Amino acid sequence: MTPGGSQSLPGVVVVTGVSRYLGAHVAARLAADPRIDRVIGIDLPEPGPEIEALLDRVERIRIDAGSVGGLLADLDVDTVVHLALVSSPDPQHGGRAAMKEQNVIGTMQLLAACQRAPRLRKIVVRSSTAAYGASFRDPAVFTEETEPREVPRGGFGRDILDIEGYVRGFRRRRGDVTATVLRFAPFIGSTADTTLTRYFAQPVVPTILGRDARLQFLHFEDALEVLHRSVVEDHPGTFNVAGPGVLALSQAIRRAGRIAVPVLEPGLSGAVALARLMGFGRYGLDQVDLFVHGRVVDISRLEREYGFTPRSTAAAFDDFIRAHHGRAVVTRDQLAAAEKLVLDQIRQVRSAVRERS
Amino acid sequence: MSRPEEQHDESRLDNRYAVPPPVTPDTDPARQNGHRPAPDQVGDVWDRRVASGLAFLRRRLAGDYEVDEFGFDPELTEAVFHPLLRRLYRDWFRTEVSGLENVPTDGAGLIVGNHSGTVALDALILSTALHHEHPDHRYLRLLGADLVFRMPVVSEIARKTGGTVACNPDAERLLRNGELVGVFPEGFKGVGKLYAERYKLQRFGRGGFVSAALRTGTPIIPVAIVGGEEIYPMLADIKPLARLLKLPYFPVTPTFPWLGPLGMVPLPSKWLIEFCPPIPTAHLMDSADDPLVVFNLADQVRETIQQTLHQLLERRPDPFGP
Repeated sequence: MTPGGSQSLPGVVVVTGVSRYLGAHVAARLAADPRIDRVIGIDLPEPGPEIEALLDRVERIRIDAGSVGGLLADLDVDTVVHLALVSSPDPQHGGRAAMKEQNVIGTMQLLAACQRAPRLRKIVVRSSTAAYGASFRDPAVFTEETEPREVPRGGFGRDILDIEGYVRGFRRRRGDVTATVLRFAPFIGSTADTTLTRYFAQPVVPTILGRDARLQFLHFEDALEVLHRSVVEDHPGTFNVAGPGVLALSQAIRRAGRIAVPVLEPGLSGAVALARLMGFGRYGLDQVDLFVHGRVVDISRLEREYGFTPRSTAAAFDDFIRAHHGRAVVTRDQLAAAEKLVLDQIRQVRSAVRERS
Repeated sequence: MSRPEEQHDESRLDNRYAVPPPVTPDTDPARQNGHRPAPDQVGDVWDRRVASGLAFLRRRLAGDYEVDEFGFDPELTEAVFHPLLRRLYRDWFRTEVSGLENVPTDGAGLIVGNHSGTVALDALILSTALHHEHPDHRYLRLLGADLVFRMPVVSEIARKTGGTVACNPDAERLLRNGELVGVFPEGFKGVGKLYAERYKLQRFGRGGFVSAALRTGTPIIPVAIVGGEEIYPMLADIKPLARLLKLPYFPVTPTFPWLGPLGMVPLPSKWLIEFCPPIPTAHLMDSADDPLVVFNLADQVRETIQQTLHQLLERRPDPFGP
């Protein structure tokens, strides 16, 4: 079988992690592309009803990414899209231990299976800009060549470094396979539900005293677009994927109309550790490090190779604000009204004083 | 943006020093006639001031401003930091600037200066000088030690005013974007030297700034700054205390730590800043990794600054003169 009927188009695509938001959307989008013959989604847990609806055109196999084994060879798979990553520990499902099991061990086993799949031509791996770690000596803008100066404190950051290490090993052993690693900035958008969107959706938002991190976001739709292009086009290498431009954390909170509450950093790190011990680890050291150091990447390689520029960080964040507008504490209109009110008051008082004198 | 506010501010400063105000008479009638000016005119000025102040406040609270990838916030810098620094620059240090024609009007330039003063106020005064005196009001993008970026609050002020960590990727990125980059290659060796060694340039390290200029073909503009050494004359350095506090030095000055917070007030020395003719590097772009070229160029810059410092010191016999 000639995959997809052309040299570069894929025939059989396997997407891991389809029971989750990102995996399901990617699988559905690939399944809707007539150029692709077959899309197989693999994941262990049963998806929720919302995600189930997306997957009606996707063949599903209920195994985890780690035990793919002979499946890849049996199904003549030529492309694997690895999205089954967990970005924060879920206390209900095994916490950090399970997260590491899925991220690190799962990727390792998937890559081992890929290595033995004779017809495999392409692998696309989801990574994160957390791969750059966090250090005070870091340059302000990371290019793909920047090496992390310090191993990140957060679990997700460490997992990402391990995963990219395995991909490097895979590239050495299977030079014939196009390996694309996409370092995504945090996703945001009208529907995406991530640790960061939950953070910005609160009315009162904790921040770190004396720090104002530079943040970048990636619109969820643009993440889908880049993943789609990675499957149907050939882009070997590692790419930063983020919305151009920067928002300071304080600026983002103000744009969202939320109230920032600065917290002392050592106290926050302690509180995060304590929360982890007590079993509600919604925020981890990954978030603390992000909010202390900020993270900005250069996307010129993506723009050059893909011919695609994601919508800007500010535009992506605006889209998120519009969807969560109802919970804003301070809105733009209120501020404008307050401005007008104060100005009018001052004018009245001044004219009254002038008349009296 | 906030140009009108800035001009008012300047006119106030100018009046205090009996320098003819650069503003047109009708923008500031309150100062023109001694007692009570015509009410409607005053109302207009104050009304505009209040309105623009409120609009600024509203923009800040709504997050309606732009920050570049290094965290530089031009609006905040222009409206808050530069007016404050201008006080220090003119009223306190009476700074005189020469050689501004050597600073490019647009496009990149690497400005290399001598560092001094226990607290690195010289970097801030230099950026004020450039923004205030240069015909194109250029921003100086300062490169700071990582210690600056370790400290909360300080790190954010540094970023918001256009600074970033001193490292080659950031320096080259800024230069490629056509910015003026300010660097002090002596680092803490220069800031933390004793008063006895004032105006003696320290070692220039590995010359990383030269390779940044060579890789981007940017001219190097040496600048000599006189006045910084006297603001906090460092008589002794308590090394064990510095080690304990993880600082590069712990200064003892005539006023610090004896007078507590009062010791933080800089002495009002007279400042002179001279920009030297630019050293072109475009023809050396291939030699960025040649250590001999880099060291020679670094030496040339160092010598230029040292000689200019001597000339400036002759022009200023009394460090605390007018």
